[in-house]
Amino acid sequence: MELLEEVVFPLLGGGSPWGAEDATLLDFPSGKLALTTDSFVVQPLFFPGGDIGKLAVCGTVNDLAMRGAKPLFLTLGLILEEGLPLETLRRVLRSAANWAREAGVQIVAGDTKVVGRGQADGLYINTAGVGVVKEGLQVGISRAEPGDLLVINGYLGDHEVAVLSCRDGLELKVQVSSDCAPLSSLVETMLSAGRVHAMRDPTRGGLASVLTEMAVASAVALEIWEERVPVREEVRAACEVLGLDPFLMANEGKVVAAVHPDDADRILMAMRSHSLGGESAIIGEVREGRPGEVVLVTSLGSRRLLRMPSGEQFPRIC
Amino acid sequence: MKYVDEFRNPELSRRLIQAVLGLGKRMTVMEVCGTHTMAISRSGLRPLLAPAVDLLSGPGCPVCVTSEADIARAIALAELPDIILATFGDMMKVPGPQGTLLDAAARGAQVKVVYSPLEALKLAQQRPEKRVVFLGVGFETTAPAVAATLITAKEQNVFNFYVLSLHKMVPPALRALVEQEDFRVEGFILPGHVSAVIGTRPYIFLAEEYGIPCVITGFEPTDILKAIYLLLTMEEPAVEVEYTRAVRPEGNPKAVEMMERVFEPCGAEWRGLGRIDGSGMRIREEFSAHDASLWEVETPPVLGDKRCRCGDVLCGRIRPLDCPLFARTCTPESPVGPCMVSSEGTCASYYLYEEAH
Ligand code: SF4
Repeated sequence: MELLEEVVFPLLGGGSPWGAEDATLLDFPSGKLALTTDSFVVQPLFFPGGDIGKLAVCGTVNDLAMRGAKPLFLTLGLILEEGLPLETLRRVLRSAANWAREAGVQIVAGDTKVVGRGQADGLYINTAGVGVVKEGLQVGISRAEPGDLLVINGYLGDHEVAVLSCRDGLELKVQVSSDCAPLSSLVETMLSAGRVHAMRDPTRGGLASVLTEMAVASAVALEIWEERVPVREEVRAACEVLGLDPFLMANEGKVVAAVHPDDADRILMAMRSHSLGGESAIIGEVREGRPGEVVLVTSLGSRRLLRMPSGEQFPRIC
Repeated sequence: MKYVDEFRNPELSRRLIQAVLGLGKRMTVMEVCGTHTMAISRSGLRPLLAPAVDLLSGPGCPVCVTSEADIARAIALAELPDIILATFGDMMKVPGPQGTLLDAAARGAQVKVVYSPLEALKLAQQRPEKRVVFLGVGFETTAPAVAATLITAKEQNVFNFYVLSLHKMVPPALRALVEQEDFRVEGFILPGHVSAVIGTRPYIFLAEEYGIPCVITGFEPTDILKAIYLLLTMEEPAVEVEYTRAVRPEGNPKAVEMMERVFEPCGAEWRGLGRIDGSGMRIREEFSAHDASLWEVETPPVLGDKRCRCGDVLCGRIRPLDCPLFARTCTPESPVGPCMVSSEGTCASYYLYEEAH
């Protein structure tokens, strides 16, 4: 347990209730408790705009935020491949601690396991998170209503392109930083600006997956206007070179929300004035219609289905 | 940015669509390359152009044209002891007689997805106790990078790095295609990336011997639309380049030279087209120490799902929707044929982007 005591505690445990006990006891405010967990695997461990530590904190914070919860506590479990340099681990933990502070959450429990060489790709992280939802607030993927407008807080695909730009041999000469960020404060801003019905962060599987999930869960149809969807020019260029689709690219700091049409402008303005929402846009609308169907109006004016991809998309080889 | 204005200008695209429709002509056009298929499906061009052009997809998805026997061989290699099979991601779910590479991995084989042959070489250097076999699938697009990697492996004595070369050349396949009896395509949209390597010369026979106009183009809607406009208005069949920002008529002589240094032409089996002389790329004697095709492996007999019509899809004889399994038995989650697996596959493109079900 030297690893915990000598490396992990000093970096994460400062001031937190980590200790020798098997479980941590926490004071909890009133309201509904939100609980989530996720595991994080990324290669390389460090990429422009982030690293696996930041990702593991933001990912779970964002999952809590999507239910309208204020994130309070995280746990952090590490699976380390034998031979991982201690300095790498330290860098990752320092980053996790920084971003936890930034997001206003405490890391209150954790664990480390070391596995043999070849049994893990450097370092895997699991985080679980607890948050609190204000009494009466109801936000969820199944609550989008016909008439709602769909908003997003900025450019699609930055995270995936940033990670791809580190891979050997792809020769992707773009400089894009991952959008990895804790969304809790942006979400708070949105919630106080107006009625937000449904929210989801388009991570793996991209915007197309999230919209399909929302349409299915809320039993509504969605219409998306391609021309309004913000995609950075560098990301478009990278997608062209690699044959990838921005709508399927992973993001780590984006939120798509279905909001009441009367409040949409106010929410949009509030988002645009937040540091994580400068490029926010209204990208579509919730409709009655075939439940679960997402239609994209392409910039050329044709209409086609937007489907959930199956598994990862890989760069073209032809 | 200038880039936006030129290639991604929806206004220009809309004008081009009107121009194409305004010609009042009709043509059956084949887009050879899977990346074009995907781009066309994604932008929704097919239905918009339907009154003027019947856009068929061709044999330009490297994963799709790989024969079942070759897939069986790749899976058999992966299951040898002390092997790591490194492959492009799209190969993982292609069914062979022993299941897929994913199934092989579940049985304990070590299969690793890489994004480039260079990643596979690095893997070999990091894991000297293993033999790393890179599954070389692709056309003239990926072959130069694999050639470069083999040259490096030889120079640096990375003895545990091997390649199973299933690479194929596009022009011989196009000849085989146009020679087919029921071939009805009147114009070709030729691949952008392949042509960036080989240039225009290898396609000239299409125009000169068969009288088929050809345009090499890029992957944005405006590129594709310009190519179609050119095809419809060309007076004498020729091979023209619209994709001038990436393709020079002479191609990339350096890449060709590298490819020719490492590989030599051989016969190869194409799904749908059968065996085509001189369309494969075998690793030359000089690099035989890295040639995994020389290994003896036992492979089960190939069965093939007789219901899968990938062969017909790849030759433009049918569209995915004409296959009775499309979107019913065969989906990206449980693909019956490779055309539903690869992101460049015609069936996958149609499934993801084209039709409502
Ligand atoms: S839909 Fe499936 S079974 Fe039919 S041709 Fe395509 S890949 Fe083969």
